[in-house]
Amino acid sequence: MIRFVPIADPPRGRVIWVTLAALVFALVVAGLIFLAAGTNPFEAYSAMLQGTVSDWSGWSEVLRRGTPLLLIGIGLTLAFRAQFFNIGAEGQLLLGAIAAGGIALFTPLPPLVMLPAMFVGGALAGGLWALIAAFLKTRLRVNEILTTLMLNYVATYLLIYLINGPWKGKNVRGFIYSDDFPDFAQLPTLPGTQVGWPTLLLGVLLAVGLQWFLGRSTGGYELRVAGENPEAARYAGISVSSVLFKMAMVTGGAAGLAGVGEVAGIHHKLLEPSQISSGYGFTAVIVAWLARGNPLLCLITAPLMGIILAGGDVLKINLNLPFRITDVFSGVILMSLIASEIFVKNRVKWGK
Amino acid sequence: MTSAHTATAPPVLELRAVTKRFPGVIANDKVSLHLNAGEVLALLGENGAGKSTVISVMYGLYRPDEGETLVDGRAVTIGSPAQALKLGIGLVPQHPMLVARHSVAENLALGGGSAFFPGRSVAGRIRELSEKYGLGVDPGARVSQLSPGEKQRVEILRSLLRGVRVLILDEPTSVLTPQEVGGLFQVMNELRKDGRSLVFISHKLGEVLEITDRVTVLRKGKVTGNAPTRGATRETLAEMMVGRSVSFERKRQTPDLKAAPVRLAAHDLQALSSRGLPALRGVNLELRAGEIVGVAGVAGNGQSELVEVLAGLHDLQGGQITLDGVALGRNARTIFESGVAHIPEDRIHMGTVPSMSVAENLALRDYAKPPLSRGGVRDLGALDSHARQMVNTFDISTPGVGTASRLLSGGNIQKIILARELGDLSGQGGAKVILAVHPTYGLDIGATEQVHRTLMDAAGRGACVLLVSEDLDELLALSDSIAVMYHGELLGPYDAATATREGIGLIMAGGAASTDGTPHGAGPGDLSVQAGPDEPNHTRGLKA
Repeated sequence: MIRFVPIADPPRGRVIWVTLAALVFALVVAGLIFLAAGTNPFEAYSAMLQGTVSDWSGWSEVLRRGTPLLLIGIGLTLAFRAQFFNIGAEGQLLLGAIAAGGIALFTPLPPLVMLPAMFVGGALAGGLWALIAAFLKTRLRVNEILTTLMLNYVATYLLIYLINGPWKGKNVRGFIYSDDFPDFAQLPTLPGTQVGWPTLLLGVLLAVGLQWFLGRSTGGYELRVAGENPEAARYAGISVSSVLFKMAMVTGGAAGLAGVGEVAGIHHKLLEPSQISSGYGFTAVIVAWLARGNPLLCLITAPLMGIILAGGDVLKINLNLPFRITDVFSGVILMSLIASEIFVKNRVKWGK
Repeated sequence: MTSAHTATAPPVLELRAVTKRFPGVIANDKVSLHLNAGEVLALLGENGAGKSTVISVMYGLYRPDEGETLVDGRAVTIGSPAQALKLGIGLVPQHPMLVARHSVAENLALGGGSAFFPGRSVAGRIRELSEKYGLGVDPGARVSQLSPGEKQRVEILRSLLRGVRVLILDEPTSVLTPQEVGGLFQVMNELRKDGRSLVFISHKLGEVLEITDRVTVLRKGKVTGNAPTRGATRETLAEMMVGRSVSFERKRQTPDLKAAPVRLAAHDLQALSSRGLPALRGVNLELRAGEIVGVAGVAGNGQSELVEVLAGLHDLQGGQITLDGVALGRNARTIFESGVAHIPEDRIHMGTVPSMSVAENLALRDYAKPPLSRGGVRDLGALDSHARQMVNTFDISTPGVGTASRLLSGGNIQKIILARELGDLSGQGGAKVILAVHPTYGLDIGATEQVHRTLMDAAGRGACVLLVSEDLDELLALSDSIAVMYHGELLGPYDAATATREGIGLIMAGGAASTDGTPHGAGPGDLSVQAGPDEPNHTRGLKA
């Protein structure tokens, strides 16, 4: 019989090797799935690596996928620290995209102000979207997992309605797009790539800034107290709801920024939700989980997930694997990582 | 009271050299004890001595790391409570685990009744057993309407229905009034006469002397004593329990407070409980500088609400609170800043953030003020040096100021709270009012004495202390006067120097005049409760 004996104070190194072991385990399980799908797993993994990290075009693909994951993941680390389980980053990203699109298409802003205004508008829209869930949680005690998840569908259909109806482009014939954004509402990209560098830069700055915020500011201290022991926060006179509201603006705002980056940097128009975000809001949960609540560590974990997503594209194209194989792949990784938590906090004993 | 059986029969239950380790502690270190048929064995020890671990091993909740368990002289493995019940071992938990919306019979049919109308099938058995042992339980009553004492008797019935021969009572008296305790003891006597064996867990010496046949004493996970109750005294038992002789003297000389100014005054406080029922019904209170006022009462009579209202954590429906003549704010932070320290009832879930470091926990009140932070930026150097200073001053034993507070013992966690609440970081002379709720619950003797000394020192400096405790000995040893919370009203205060345990106990049970007239919590089987004219100090009312 297997028994788990709790470790009072797990050493830091243990987290690292358990996490690595969980990743290896996930790779083995995913390998068996590849095998079942008729592909040699070694061939699959080497194709993934070659298509992603061996040359600049591979890296550019990793960065394209990693940038929204970075922004969303950073915001989610903050939410998880506050024990606010935001699984609605997908919807918050779409709201950011909608706000950016609205500003780009329908406001007469001068070119110099346009992009900053789109970022600000997108962050506000995403933040307010998350604020709905935070408000319902603090005022009516509605579970935020349900509200954030459901708000994803509302955001999806809001966007579909807009591009089918009032915002449908004049020159797109039968397609459901908006018109293209004007040139000055399109993000500059790293040469030869689709990576909008302002978005990437924002992500890096936010990762550093929020890490500092958590550790060194009174606001970060309040957020950690409110998250780890709300009763103690109440006792110390820290308003848990006000902490949650601010946190919601940041976590939703970061997802909103990612949405702005996607439409202003890559598509240059509003289009169907599944084309704007291929589940970044959910994949970023893994990014935040892997980073264990540290915004700075997202600088490592986001590109890692970027490699897996971009590698999945390679598998689809080069090895003719089914379209959903990447979802299975990242799902296996997330399950394995979450399950590995027990090995971080417990020692395994065999026998009675 | 001696065992009905001869000494040659094997004990019904025996533990041999049982060891159980948890991370960082040995909860039980080679514990050996036995229980004979028809006897009541006291398992005596302070909080944290390992009593709960012993009974968890007996009842199959924990598996021992080493050692043997024997039932009727045969070695057994008790892997689960179900197995324990099969072997005839039952547990009456400290806090009843019943479904409040269901009837007594429905609760007891759980796991034993038939699928249809489960309550009916056991109702007859319940009546029969209830009569036999004088339990006075009505199978049709809703659990939500029962008093704590009645719920406990339902739990006893649950075990009896399963036909147990060994009944473990986990601190059964902690939720009862002194009068209800008498009723419980009658039931225990009936069970003993019937040849059943009982394990009685307690840290109250008087109860142990009254009801048990034999005492096994635990200290720091080890058996430190084993003696027949007959011939034992409070002093010998206490010495076994704490390892040195303890004085039961009053620790405090009551200062002359007539000339002292009133620090905290509360007038006609009204508040609702979290369930929306009246919790405070016109509480008046006056604390003078240097005074320690004890608050006694059975849990749930409004003590928590009173303290939370004073600390700004609970809404006030009516009434006024003043500190040094100035109206007190209604926000937890401003109240603390105006000089009201609060040592909360629950030091893990409210008093500290267990996952955070000692240093960050010490900063919970003042994290946003200089020198700990300036302009919203925290100074981690100042945080650490402040923490190191507090660790020295309050003698907190911790590997370092960066250690997570959950890794510390209860006593050291309590010292963190004391240091933070009374440490006077801002240099304004420290707390003016100290609200201390069960400040020594679960602490060992050394830590308890340090807490008591700290509170008395603060009173000596002119602070006033409101001490809420379930431990009457503690209240009698520390307080200048003792008030009793009963059903949302504060009765008294009574002069602590002349008050007696019995007198206070009677008032806790509703024996004193109460405005709505009906005694509460007095279920069947309790001793009758009467207010005698000679009860102590009823005359010293509290009309400010």
